[in-house]
Parts: sequence; C-alpha cells; structure tokens
Amino acid sequence: MKLRRTSAVAIATVAALGLAACGSDGGDGAAAGGNKVKVGIKFDQPGLGLKTGATYSGFDVDVANFIAAELKLEVEFVEAVSAQRETLLKTGQVKYIVGTYSITDKRKADVSFAGPYFIAGQDLLVRADDTSITGKDTLNGKNLCSVKGSTSAQKIKDEVPGVNLQEYNTYSLCVDALKSGAVDALTTDDTILAGYAAQDANKGQLKVVGNTFSTENYGVGVKKDDTEFCNQVVTALKKFIDSGKWEESVKKWLGPANYTPGAGNPPTPTCQSA
Amino acid sequence: MGELFAEFNVFAAFGMTILLTVTAAIGSLLIGTVVAIMRLSPVAVFQRAGAFYVNTVRNTPLTLIIIASNIVMAVNLGFNFSKDFSRNNLIWAVIALSVYHAAFVCEAIRSGVNTVPVGQAEAARSIGLTFSQSLREIVLPQGFRGAITPLGNTLIALTKNTTVATAIGVAEISGLMSEMIEFRSDLLLFIFLIVAIGFVILTLPVGILITYLSKRLVVKR
Repeated sequence: MKLRRTSAVAIATVAALGLAACGSDGGDGAAAGGNKVKVGIKFDQPGLGLKTGATYSGFDVDVANFIAAELKLEVEFVEAVSAQRETLLKTGQVKYIVGTYSITDKRKADVSFAGPYFIAGQDLLVRADDTSITGKDTLNGKNLCSVKGSTSAQKIKDEVPGVNLQEYNTYSLCVDALKSGAVDALTTDDTILAGYAAQDANKGQLKVVGNTFSTENYGVGVKKDDTEFCNQVVTALKKFIDSGKWEESVKKWLGPANYTPGAGNPPTPTCQSA
Repeated sequence: MGELFAEFNVFAAFGMTILLTVTAAIGSLLIGTVVAIMRLSPVAVFQRAGAFYVNTVRNTPLTLIIIASNIVMAVNLGFNFSKDFSRNNLIWAVIALSVYHAAFVCEAIRSGVNTVPVGQAEAARSIGLTFSQSLREIVLPQGFRGAITPLGNTLIALTKNTTVATAIGVAEISGLMSEMIEFRSDLLLFIFLIVAIGFVILTLPVGILITYLSKRLVVKR
C-alpha cells in the first residue's frame, strides 16, 4: 500500500511537470509579439530547402533568413510539406512559409502571398549526354518521371497525352531512375531540377533543358489578410533583391547546375491576396 | 463533395485498389500455402527454408519491399514485364504484396493446422497414406477451415496495405488522394472522408463474411 501511494505521488508529480512543460511550450509558440517565430520550409529539396543534420541550406532558406533578419525575428524552421501549407498558415502554426510556394488564385482564397520573389517554370531534367530532348514537344516515345499527385505530373499528362509516366513519391527516386536510364527525363519546376543537378552526387551527370512550359510565381505565404506583416515581408524581399543578395544566393545554390533564372527574374514582389 | 467525384475518377482508383487486393490475395495464398507445407514437412531443409522466408519477409517493412521491387528489380536490374510503366508497376506491386503477405498467410495456415488433432494425421498414416496424401486429403482441408479467421485478418490487412503501392506510382486510391489534396486542399476533410468510407465499404463486408464462414465451416469436434 505504501509503495502504491509512493508511485501515485510520483505519477502525479510527473504529470504535473509534463503539464507545466506543455504550458510553457505553448506559451512560447503563442506569443505572437515575441521575437521567436516558426517558419515553414521544405526539408527535402536540395538547393532550395534542405535539412542536413541540424543545418538548413538552400535559396529558400536564404530568403527566409533574410526576412527574419530584416524583421528582427528569431527563426525556428519547421517542415511545411506541400499538402499542409495552407493549414499551417491558417492555424497559425507557422508565421510564414518559404517553400517553392506557387502563387495561385485557389491558394489566395486561403492565404496571402508576399511575392513573387522568384519566377520558375516547369522544365525537364535529362542526362548530360542526351541531346534528343529539347523541350516538351520532343517527348514522344520517351519515358518520363514525376512525383505522384504533383501539379507537374498532372500538367505533363495534359500537355503530352499518352506519355509513359513513372510516378514516385519523391524526386530522389526519379533522379535514381534517370541516372540508371530507366527514364529519359524528370519533370517539375526548373529550380527544383537545378537543385538536384547541382548536388555533389549528380554534378556533371544531369542537365536542365532550359525550355520552360509553365510559369510558377514563388511567393512567401503568410496568414490571410495580415496586410501589415505581408507588406513588411515585401519590403524585406525588395531589399533582398536590390542588395544583390538574391543573385548571389541563386548563383551559390543553383549555379553549379549551369542554371540561369528565366525571363522576368528578379521579379518585383507585392502583397497579394484574394 | 460531388465536385470531387466529378473532377477525379474516384471509382477507377478504388477499382485499382480492388484489383491489387484480389490478385495479391490469390498470389499470397499460393505462395503462403507452399511455404506452410514446407514448414510442416518432415524435411529439415524445407522447414528451415520456410522459417527463414517467414522471419525475413515478415520483419521487413512493406514500403521497403515495394520500393525495392521497383528500384532494385525493375530500374537497376532491368527485370521488366512491360515497356508501359503503369502496367509494369502494377505487376511488380502485385508480386511485392503477394510475397509480403504470403508470410502472414503461411502462419495463418499453420495456426489452422494446429487445430487438427494429431490423431487425424496418425490415422491417415496408419491407413497407408503418404505424407503428401495425408496433407492433401486430411490435414490441409481441416486446417484451412480452422484458419479462416486469421486468413480473413490478413485479407483485410492486405486491402489496406495496397495503399503502399502508390510509392511506385500505381494509380490506386491513396495516390488519387494525394492528387486531390494537391488540387483541392480546400476540400481536405471531404477527401479524407471519401477515402475512409471507401475502405470501410471494402473491408467491413469482408469481416462479416469471414465471421459467418468461420462459424459455418468450422470443423465440429
């Protein structure tokens, strides 16, 4: 009986500690006026937003860090996978998202965008010695790869009917299939492709075709109708571009793939909402 | 909710789920029965081989087996059944699902065989039946009838496990689900609801049928 009482006290103590820990944790996150904010990025896109161990690298990470420095915020990165981005912003779990987030009318119904800060487009990644593929019109009889459920996969099905499309759940499997020759091209935004081509493991083996067939305006996602914050982000983005840091960052992360940003870059960001 | 049905071919995707389930159920029943016979056989080599198969496959994640079937077998070693990716992936997915679930089918059959009293096998041997004859005529027919409930559990697990096939691009319902989320994230809850209800419609009748059959076909002793 004595033992049981002791353990009951122990359990109560642990529970109280746990609750207290939760409370203080929640307090930090909820303190909107504080300097520490959560920022959503991609964790799995080399050259854009990549988590290796405890460090984050890539163009989107540079953008996110610059905004934070301008607005005097302390950043904690969290993963914002494509399907969850609107929810993360709506529920306030992240302050802003910099993760190859294309500005579309459908998304503007849920969130506001500061941007574009980069204009990308759907393109093709091929083996470096492949000269037979020069754009989407040369894909007849070729094997293609993309990610299941992505906009790029849907677009290529619409643009090139009857294409032999392999769909995986990650781009890295596509890169593997491309290098082994099982597929002839990988399609998605040219920035993502350049990021893979610039990876050490793929350097010199792959190239971005450079003939885009869509326009993706990347924006910084913020909570809908938070105009004040949105405008602050726009000012920071303008400074990022004007100071030359934009060009420096693009060159650093995507340059090794011999990639140059397409027409219209660098763009003029504005605050956009529906 | 109607928009989702108009915009996406939900029924075709569930059709693919059913196709995967049925073909892999047949495949895993065949492989599983063979492995079970190996484990029940008096030959030590077969017993060890059967036990090795079950312990290896059962303890490997299904995602790994399915992705390996594509990346290792099809992409890197070039074992392809068809030039057409969707067909090739479907066949590899069926093989991977069959191989994986065969381990569970084997153990379900062994548990069924355990319900057959030793006296049955002894009686069979004493009237002069060989090992394979006694297995075929006496032990396995009773064993399968005793194994219906665990086999049913495996079938239901298989139905839900077909969703892993999306990892290599088979166009079944979970692949369509990620597509629907990408394009209609405004209808997120309805998307989950459709998929969840669809699976209940698929698995609930199987469960009821299994309970009915296991009562009806049980060997009364």
